Amino acid sequence: MTTERDRQPWRLHIDWTRCEGRGLCIELLAGTLARDDWGFPRARDHGDPAIGRYQLAAARDAVALCPRLALTLRK
Amino acid sequence: MTRYLSRATPGAPTGTDRLLAASGPDLTAHLTCYGPLPAPANPRELIDVVTAAGLSGRGGAGFPVGRKMAAVADGRRPIVVANGAEGEPDSSKDAVLLTQAPHLVLDGLTAAADAVGARECHLYAAEPMLGLVRRALAERQAAGYDGRQIQLTPAADSFLAGEKTAVLSRLAGRAPIPADQLISTSRSGLRGRPTLVHNVESLAQLALIARYGPHWFRSVGTLDEPGTMLVTLSGTTVTGVVEVPLGARVLDLITRTGRTDPADVRAVLGGYHGSWIPAAALARATLSRAALQPLHATPGAGIVRVLTRDSCGLRATADITGYLAAQSARQCGPCRNGLPRLAETLGALAYDGRCEPREITRLAALVDGRGACHHPDGAARLVRSALTVFADDIPLHQRGTCCVAHETPGAWSLR
Repeated sequence: MTTERDRQPWRLHIDWTRCEGRGLCIELLAGTLARDDWGFPRARDHGDPAIGRYQLAAARDAVALCPRLALTLRK
Repeated sequence: MTRYLSRATPGAPTGTDRLLAASGPDLTAHLTCYGPLPAPANPRELIDVVTAAGLSGRGGAGFPVGRKMAAVADGRRPIVVANGAEGEPDSSKDAVLLTQAPHLVLDGLTAAADAVGARECHLYAAEPMLGLVRRALAERQAAGYDGRQIQLTPAADSFLAGEKTAVLSRLAGRAPIPADQLISTSRSGLRGRPTLVHNVESLAQLALIARYGPHWFRSVGTLDEPGTMLVTLSGTTVTGVVEVPLGARVLDLITRTGRTDPADVRAVLGGYHGSWIPAAALARATLSRAALQPLHATPGAGIVRVLTRDSCGLRATADITGYLAAQSARQCGPCRNGLPRLAETLGALAYDGRCEPREITRLAALVDGRGACHHPDGAARLVRSALTVFADDIPLHQRGTCCVAHETPGAWSLR
C-alpha cells in the first residue's frame, strides 16, 4: 500500500549555515544543482530540490560525502 | 483577600485604544483599567477562544495565534517565549508596549502558558526593557497577583536578534544568530521541547481576548483580520507609535496622525524586509493582508515609513540594502556574499548611475530563498520592489542626475 508520504518526492535539504561550497554535491547531482557566483550549490527553484528515483543513489552519496555534513534527504 | 480581587471588574475598552488604555505602567493602573486576568477552570479553552477571535501574530509573519498554540499544546512539557526584541530600526512598538503596558504582556504570557500547559516561561527583550519588566514582576509578586517565574534574557542589539531561531539560540546560551530549522519550533524548539514563540504584542492582545472574549475583539478591524495593531509611524512630521484597527487607511495615518501632506509623499515602506508602496497606490492601501497583497506588501510588524519627495527612493533602498548586508549573520554563503554584492550594485546605480538594473535583478534572484532564515529573501523583496516602484528614476540616474538635488550617501538610513 502506498501512503501519501510515499508519493511525495525525496528532497535534498541544504543547511546553509554549514555549507561552504565545497561543490561535491554539484558534481554528483549535475542536473539538479549548479554552481552560483561564489561556488555554492544552486537549485533551479531555490527550495530544497526534489530528487527523482534515478538520482536517489547519487543524492545519498552526496549526503554521505559532504565534508561539511550540510545535506539531508527528507520527504 | 488580596487587593486586586476586591476591585470591581471595569468594562472592556471601547474604541480602538485597547493596548495602551491604562493611565500608567504600574499594576494599580493596569488593574483599574482592565481588571484581573480571569482564571478559567479549563485554561486550554483559551486556545479555542483565541481561534474564534481570529488573532494573528503581530511580529510580522501574521500566523494564526490559536493554531500555533494548539500545535504546542499537543506536545510534552512545552515552553513559552515572549519575544520583544525588535531589531528593525524603524519599529519601536514593542518597546512602547513593554514600557507602557508591561502587565498586559505578562498577563498574556501567563495566560498562554496556562493554556498550552507550559511551566517554563521566557521573556526576551533589550536590556532597558527588561528593567521595566523586572519592576512589573516584583509588583505582581508583592500584590499576590501572579507568582509565575519568568526567565528574562537580554536581546542582542542586531537586526536579526528577534528572528525566531536566533531567539532560541540566544536562550540556549549560543550566539543570537539564526539556525537551520528542519522541524517546526512548535514541535521541537528550545532544548528540543515544543516551544511557543509569540511577539509581545500578540501576547498583550491575547490577554485582552482572555478578558473580554472573541466578540469584543472582532468589534473593530475587518471581518477576516479583526482587532487592532500597533503601528510605528516615521518619516512624517509627527512620528511615533499608534494603535489602529486592522484595515485602517495608510493615508489617514500619514495625514491625521503624521500631519504630513500626502502631496509630499513619494512612497511608503513597511519595514526593511518589506516592499515599497508608491504614493499613487496609497489611496488603495489599508493595513490588512487582503488590501496590501495586490501591492506585494503586508501589514508586517506595523511599520509605516514615509519617504518624502525630497528623498530618492533608489538611494534610500541602496542605503537600507547596505545596512541589511552588514547585518547578515554571515553564516550562509549566498547571503554573506550576495547581500554585499547586491548593495554594491544598487549603490552604483543609485549614486553613480553605473550598473544595469538587469544585474541587480539577477543578484536579487540569486540570494532569494537561499539561507537558513528569510534575511536574503527580505533583502531581495525590498530591492525588487524599489526597481519596480522607482523604475522611472532609473534612466535619470543613468544619465547622471537624480530625482532629488543633493543627497549624501547613507543619509536616509541615518536620519
